[in-house]
Amino acid sequence: MIEVIKSGLYTSIQDKGRFGFENYGVPISGSMDQFSSLLANKLLNNNENDAVMEITMTGPVLKFHKMTKISITGADISPSLNNYPIKLNTSHSINKDDILSFGKLKYGLRCYLSVSGGFLTKKVLNSRSMYPNITKSFRIAKGEHLKINSIKYLKTRLSMSKIDYLDHFKSNEINVYKGPEFDKLSQKQNLDIFNKNFSISNNNNRMAFQLNESVENQLKPIITSLVMQGTVQLTPSGNILILMRDNQTCGGYPRILQLNENSINKLSQKYMNNKIRFKLVE
Amino acid sequence: MKSYDLKYKRFGGNSILIEWPPTIDDSILKNILLFKSYIDKKYVNLKIYTKTSYNSLLVTYPNEIIKVLELRSLYKNLEPLKKQSFNKWEIPVCYDIDFGKDLMFLRKKLSLEIEEIISIHISKEYRVFNLGFLPGFLYLGGMDKRIHYPRKNSPSLDIEKGSVGIGGFQTGIYPNQSPGGWNIIGKTPINLFDIEMTPPCFIKAGDKVKFVSISKKEYGLILIQIQSNIYELKKTVFND
Repeated sequence: MIEVIKSGLYTSIQDKGRFGFENYGVPISGSMDQFSSLLANKLLNNNENDAVMEITMTGPVLKFHKMTKISITGADISPSLNNYPIKLNTSHSINKDDILSFGKLKYGLRCYLSVSGGFLTKKVLNSRSMYPNITKSFRIAKGEHLKINSIKYLKTRLSMSKIDYLDHFKSNEINVYKGPEFDKLSQKQNLDIFNKNFSISNNNNRMAFQLNESVENQLKPIITSLVMQGTVQLTPSGNILILMRDNQTCGGYPRILQLNENSINKLSQKYMNNKIRFKLVE
Repeated sequence: MKSYDLKYKRFGGNSILIEWPPTIDDSILKNILLFKSYIDKKYVNLKIYTKTSYNSLLVTYPNEIIKVLELRSLYKNLEPLKKQSFNKWEIPVCYDIDFGKDLMFLRKKLSLEIEEIISIHISKEYRVFNLGFLPGFLYLGGMDKRIHYPRKNSPSLDIEKGSVGIGGFQTGIYPNQSPGGWNIIGKTPINLFDIEMTPPCFIKAGDKVKFVSISKKEYGLILIQIQSNIYELKKTVFND
C-alpha cells in the first residue's frame, strides 16, 4: 500500500486509456504523455497497460507501506527518497516506510511514477484511468491508501545505461496532419497557422489546451461531429483549441489539424506561455 | 432508404473519417448505423473502434491498416433497405417549475404557456442522434419548431443530474451534475448512465425517446423504486 501524505497539485492514476466506450460519450483518457508513462512501466518490466501515477508540476508526498520497485520518468520535479535526491529514468528499490517526495520543477510538466505490477486502483470499464463520474474520484487525495502488489525480495540490479530524451521536452515543433476541415482554410489562415509562433494559454488541462494567439476566422461551426485526442479546432472567434486525453468525443468546431501521437506526448509536457510551432507532416 | 455519396478522409495516423451529406436526417443516421454494423462485423478480429455522429462515422484501427478501398466496396454491398432493430424508451419527466428552472424564462421568450411548452415537448418521439459531451448525454432530434430556443451564452455552473433541457433545435438530458448551456424544463429520476451497467448507457444511437409527464409525487415514488432496484423502464422494440 502507498499512503498519500500530500496530494500535490494534480495527481491522478492513468493507464493507456478506456477504449470502446466513446459511443456512450466516455472519453478515452489515459496518461497525457504516453511515451513517458510507457517508459516508466518498461523500466520495471511491467505490462504496458499497468496503471501509473501522473504527477503535475508539484509532486505529492508518498509513504510506502510495502517493499517494491519504482521508476520515475517524464518531467524532472526533483524527486527524492527519504530526502536524498534520486535519478529519473531508472529503477529504484523501495523499503517499507520509505518516503518519496518532490521538489522544484526543472523541466517538463508531468512526471510518471510506476511501481512493480502497477497501481491496483479499481478498474472501471476496463481501465484505471481516473475521470469524473467514471472513477470514484478524478484525482488522488491526501490520506488515501493506494493498493499495490508486494514483492518478496529485492534483487539489486545493475543501473541501466542512462536514458536521455531531453528533446522530447525542449523541442517546440508540433507535427500535425491535415484535419477534416483543413481544405476550408483560406490561404492567409494557412500561412498564419504554419508561420506564426503560438504559445499555450493558462487555459490548459487534461481536456484541452487553448493557445494565446488567435487566427482570423470566418469558418462556420459544423454539425456536431467526431473528434479525437490531438484534434485542433478553430472556434468562431479564431481561438485555437488542441484536444488532449480527456477530450469530449464530439464537437462542432471545424477540425483544422490533427496532432500525431508523439506530438500529443510532447505537448503534454508544456505549460503556460511555452512556445510551439505547427509543422505539417504527411 | 438510399445509398449516399460518401467522403472518405484520413484522420490522424490511424483513422478514417467517413462523411455523409451535412444535413440532420433520420435516413442518414440509419444509413450510418447500418454501415457501422457492417464494419464492426467485418473487422471483428482486428480490434478496431467505430464511433458515429449526425453525419459521420470514424473508424480507428490501432493495429492493422484498413484501406479506404475496402470500405468503399463494403458500402456498395450494403443493403440500404435492411431494417435495423431499435428500442423506444418512455422516460418519465417531472416538469414542475422547481425542476424546470428555465420554464418561466421560456414562457416569456416563446410566448407560450408553461402547459403548452410541456404538451408540445411530450407530443413527439425523439430520435437519439448522438451520445457525447458527457458520458451518457443524449442528443435528441425531432423537436417541434415552436419550442426551439438557443443555448445560453454563458452556461449555468451546476445543472442537476437528470435535468431535461432545450438547446436550439435539440432536446437532451444531463446524465450527471455538470455545467451546461441548455434551457432546463424538467427532470427525470432515471439513471441514464451507470458504470455498473453493461453497457453503461442502455440507450443507443438510433433509439427513440418519448417523454411522459409525471407529478412531483410520482417523481419521488419512482426515485424510491429505482433505489430499491424494482423500477422498470417502459420500452418497445421496433424495426426501422
